[in-house]
Amino acid sequence: MAFDETKTEDFKVVGQRVKRPDGVDKVTGKAKFGADAVAPGMLFAAIVRSPHAHARIVKIDTSKAEALSGVKGIVTRADFATGLTGGDLDVLENVMAGEKALYDGHAVAAVAATSQLVARDAAKLVEVEYEVLPHVTDVDKAMASDAPVIREGAADQSVPEGMHPNVVRYHESGHGDIEAGFAEADLVVEDSFKTEATHQGYIEPHACLAQLGGDNKGELWCCTQGHWNVQKLCAAMLGLETSQLRVTASEIGGGFGGKTAVFIEPVALALSRKTNRPVKLVMSRSEVFRATGPTASTSMDIKIGMKKDGTITAGQGTFRLQGGAFPGAPMEFTAMCAFAPYNLQNVKQVGYDVMANRPKQAAYRAPGSPMAAFAVESVIDELCKKLGLDPIEVRLKNASKQGTKASFGPTWDRIGLVETLEAAQSHPHYSAPLKEGQGRGISCGFWFNHGGETSVTLALSEDGTAQLSVGTPDIGGSRASMAQMAAEELGIPYENIRTTIADTATLGYNEVSHGSRVTYASGLATIKAARAAVKILCARAAAKWGIDEDAVVWENGCAKPSGPNAGEFDPLPIEKLTRSMGRTGGPIVGHFEATPEGAGVSFATHIVDAEVDKETGQTKVVRYTVVQDAGKAINPAYVEGQFQGGAAQGIGWALNEEYIYGEDGRLQNSVFLDYRIPVASDLPMIDTVIVEVPNPGHPYGVRGVGETSICPPLAAIANAVSNAAGVRLKELPMSPPRILAALEDQANNG
Amino acid sequence: MVEVNLWSGLRAFADGKDCVEVDAKNVGEVLSGLVEKYPGLEHVIEAGVSVAVDGKVIASGLTEPVKPDSEVYLMQQLKGG
Repeated sequence: MAFDETKTEDFKVVGQRVKRPDGVDKVTGKAKFGADAVAPGMLFAAIVRSPHAHARIVKIDTSKAEALSGVKGIVTRADFATGLTGGDLDVLENVMAGEKALYDGHAVAAVAATSQLVARDAAKLVEVEYEVLPHVTDVDKAMASDAPVIREGAADQSVPEGMHPNVVRYHESGHGDIEAGFAEADLVVEDSFKTEATHQGYIEPHACLAQLGGDNKGELWCCTQGHWNVQKLCAAMLGLETSQLRVTASEIGGGFGGKTAVFIEPVALALSRKTNRPVKLVMSRSEVFRATGPTASTSMDIKIGMKKDGTITAGQGTFRLQGGAFPGAPMEFTAMCAFAPYNLQNVKQVGYDVMANRPKQAAYRAPGSPMAAFAVESVIDELCKKLGLDPIEVRLKNASKQGTKASFGPTWDRIGLVETLEAAQSHPHYSAPLKEGQGRGISCGFWFNHGGETSVTLALSEDGTAQLSVGTPDIGGSRASMAQMAAEELGIPYENIRTTIADTATLGYNEVSHGSRVTYASGLATIKAARAAVKILCARAAAKWGIDEDAVVWENGCAKPSGPNAGEFDPLPIEKLTRSMGRTGGPIVGHFEATPEGAGVSFATHIVDAEVDKETGQTKVVRYTVVQDAGKAINPAYVEGQFQGGAAQGIGWALNEEYIYGEDGRLQNSVFLDYRIPVASDLPMIDTVIVEVPNPGHPYGVRGVGETSICPPLAAIANAVSNAAGVRLKELPMSPPRILAALEDQANNG
Repeated sequence: MVEVNLWSGLRAFADGKDCVEVDAKNVGEVLSGLVEKYPGLEHVIEAGVSVAVDGKVIASGLTEPVKPDSEVYLMQQLKGG
């Protein structure tokens, strides 16, 4: 029925593997990404960056740069708004250094010139006098009493007395009696783990084109996961009225959370205002590594007690996250996700947000959760081995389910962890024999998912097709998914819907494409907007037939009388109603503007087989299976793509990727040659199983899928590698030198 | 009255309690009630929190209803990548 709140079966378009509408443009080079924007008379910009990890800026002399032919303007911190506080001040401080450079690569000035070459030459002529200060880049060292203080007064009131000023936030949660829980256990395993910072590794560097006049009215084109957020932040940093800055999102060549922040956009706007010319600013790969937001690095202690039958009696975790020179490392999510898959009577998690002389961390798919899973699931694997228990049986025995209490407090609603474990257990992969030198690893993972402010408009055209405007940049095939949901509701072909990512002047506020929220929230908004349009269509039909609006139903793209009592009329197809809409009441448009609050959490279980060469330390992932609860897969091909993408990035994070800092605090590997993300030949075919346990908060049952897929890989791979190598790996990445060191340590110390 | 469970790190701002009572009919009143009763929680709530009501995590909706027998948990504000 047309206006039912939920629909769980008899889908016609939803669930189909339709082609994405942007696919051909992207593979033929027609799609316009951030660096493709051009404007008449535009200038090119380059940023001057600190070569020091920590230094006071004594003086900036721009005279030589200004004298260079072709240079049209230079900005420093003095060209941005003053009086900002809190998070806005932190963002500005990161975009353009004030009194101190806080990390290698921190922006200190920027130049606009008539060509890219001139801009780069001029940037080298900007003379910055620094007073170099002591620095720290390691999370544990940054907490030590002798660590240099990065920013005084940055800590909030949550931090217990006596902590170093670099500890800026503290979290503690849990329930039960943790010591009594450990006393109940037959075996307690306690261990420490570390993970290095990794980058999202999106292929498209940040890029934008800015135009801002002296009247403070502007336009900005940029690659971003959320252009309303860019509008808000840039307006604050430049002292603009928010509505006077119109922001348009380009196509996006990957984001994964890293494009939820601003880095260069305010700089380009400031240069444009200063020069009264459009300014284009494109980051190099090295700049992306040095000065955008990687993940936090971590140091973690885990203690878990288990009975001989596999019952977990208590779990305790301490999570120290380094998030760069600003507050914000997602330690609370690390803490809350750590034990979320398990129904524990006694659990305690503590988190520390620690500053160091590194770039300000940014979100990366389920921020904080993958590291937690690595530590907790490694200890569970160790307990299973020592007690001779099957790892999936143990997880099933302790699994969170509807009605159990989450490790972070609330009682779970309908969730699908058990279903993912059962699907993994019955998958042929789990029982397949291993070859010599191979090991198998299992891990569960959890992420919350999110709703957020959402605004959608669906306008019908006179020929019965529809234009759908959404405000969430398409980072994973969402235009196709939105069109499928609109087509399902309208009862028209998928191809008859065109989905556009609208600019900030076209719709109400849309939160960033993050938190796996797009298919859930923009999808829900699309369904509601389509239903609003259908209601108008039914009213138009009712008026034509002279019957009550409630006596009209919408089926298969047509208005029909609801039953014999409503009268006998031929069905009115959508195109007949839209053709005359100008004369029957005007344009037919459906809207939805709200903050959906029914996002459904999701769980995943991964199975990994890995092979380790004990002579070289080289690791190869030979088989990988992702099992995840999607709630309802709107387009199974894109859901599988998200599953595989999370696993692929997890393989890189687990085995190769890391930020390497020298003794001087400078990043040593700021290009893809030295920072190695997986390429196709590094990856096995990643098999996928979509579990569908509907989310009661979405009309079709959708749960977000983009983030949970990266929660289990670090742990599942670590368990597989540890089982193959015969030694527990406790530090990521598990690069050949680390594996060899672990093997050597085991040989020396047993 | 509604029982509100706090994460244990907030005990320091709520007279050592991790479960407190406030008079509230919706999420907004839960938050304002907490600040009124325990002013030390204001900085936490101002910084942004989510509220789980009967297992449903409310990220921002102040008008979401709360019943006297609802299970209510104050949670860290949810974000994502």
